[in-house]
Amino acid sequence: MRFKDVFSIIGPAMVGPSSSHTAGAARIGRAARQVLGEMPRLAEVIFFGSFAATYQGHGTDRAIAGGLLDFSTDDPRLPDSIELAEELGMEISFRQGAGLFPHPNTVQLRLTGKDSGSELTLTGISIGGGNIEIVDIDGFGVKLSGMYPTILINHMDYLGVLASVTDVMRKGKFNIGHMSLDRKNRSGAALTVLELDESATPELLQDLKALPAVKSVTLVDLNEIQELKQDDKGKESTS
Amino acid sequence: MNFQTLSQLAVLCEKRNLSIGALMLEEQSAESGRTQEQEFAKMSQYYGVMKEAVHRGMNENTTSRSGLTGLDAQRVGAYNAAAEPCLGGAAGEAMAYALAVSEVNASMGRIIATPTAGSCGIIPGVFLSCQQRFGWDDDFMVYGLFAAGAIGYVIANNSFVSGAEGGCQAEVGSAIGMAAGALTELRGGTPAQAMHAVGLALKNTLGLICDPVGGLVEIPCIVRNGFGAVTALAAADMALAGVRSVIPSDEVIKVMLEVGSAMPEKHRETAGGGLAQTPTGRKIMEDLRREK
Repeated sequence: MRFKDVFSIIGPAMVGPSSSHTAGAARIGRAARQVLGEMPRLAEVIFFGSFAATYQGHGTDRAIAGGLLDFSTDDPRLPDSIELAEELGMEISFRQGAGLFPHPNTVQLRLTGKDSGSELTLTGISIGGGNIEIVDIDGFGVKLSGMYPTILINHMDYLGVLASVTDVMRKGKFNIGHMSLDRKNRSGAALTVLELDESATPELLQDLKALPAVKSVTLVDLNEIQELKQDDKGKESTS
Repeated sequence: MNFQTLSQLAVLCEKRNLSIGALMLEEQSAESGRTQEQEFAKMSQYYGVMKEAVHRGMNENTTSRSGLTGLDAQRVGAYNAAAEPCLGGAAGEAMAYALAVSEVNASMGRIIATPTAGSCGIIPGVFLSCQQRFGWDDDFMVYGLFAAGAIGYVIANNSFVSGAEGGCQAEVGSAIGMAAGALTELRGGTPAQAMHAVGLALKNTLGLICDPVGGLVEIPCIVRNGFGAVTALAAADMALAGVRSVIPSDEVIKVMLEVGSAMPEKHRETAGGGLAQTPTGRKIMEDLRREK
């Protein structure tokens, strides 16, 4: 089944005009911000395919900027996000890319963190209805949907790392829905991605960080149920 | 989910003596692992956003950033109030509300994708106008949204809901089918009648291409949302009157898949054909490019 639940049909709550060009783009930007772990100082946004052809009319540029500010897909500040990002000291540029790309709606983000100066290159695709896939993180092939809370573990390719990771998960009673590992070479840098059924606790992240050969642990959680604004303005307005 | 087709959905509802909405809420909770109360609360918030969008579209400036569209909902609203409209009544209101939400979408306002942003006006248009007319409470409407979601779930997994994949029949057509089936249930129809409403509605949009001028979700998307709301009311009325979809609704969904798959690329949201490539459509596209 391509569509798993009722909220992939009714929803997401979003700022228009296009679920694939606007909501999907915002979620890619937000995922990138969370992977980077801080606000970017520099953001180079490269659009491919249909994104490149129509990004201005669909506000795809504004959606990406809003996502980089950690805005959810329905944040009312999204239409003004480029100006807001500049005010906050983010230097953001947009251009059309050339060459091969994995999907008609593809964007590559090249980010430099504001405080640490750390760098991230991330490629995301928008597959329709606001659903996304992150397909590349710093040259590691991944398949990250953002549908579930996701843990990224940067580690060295080292015997027994996965066994120790799954042991921590078992002890913390966290169920793994999907898991993948990609490495640059034997005994080199590796990235393991875990999709969980429920969001990770700070303790779990700490325990994973403490494992041998693990360099860093990052949580990406785009779950919108907590984000949806609690205001009920709409309720009294029309009925 | 314990159903993959509309007929399975109807049988399950009848066997369990549950409405489509109540069954979908149960299934959703089982799928997500969250409580029914949590899932219901999320859908309630979504309904709040839909109402807010109708209100904004009927009262605020909805001129899109391209400048191509906006304020048509208010034109229809004023005309409904002042003149003797051809449709009038609930249908005229549903049409105005659907335009309103769709215009809010085009102006980068906040909406709920139902099932997509391009078709976001139809369900709120039908639901809000009928809620006002029949005096239903919000919780009742939220069950209706779960019913619409159940129908959309079947359509999306057996065919498609995006214009890029299956043309506008998939996008606006699915929304009309979802609204028609849900409304039939809200009006007291049986699950079987609701399924007939879906089939009747879908038949009327088969073959509809996706040809947005300039590639934007504006022309003809916004007016198609207005028309779609009216079609959904008509399909619900036919089903409630006892009209059956002689070709079973599940078979109609398969036809949509067949027709959409056969559509050339230029008629699937690429702006390469249809209204987008008329002399005026091309001129608008060139003007938009020059403004950049």
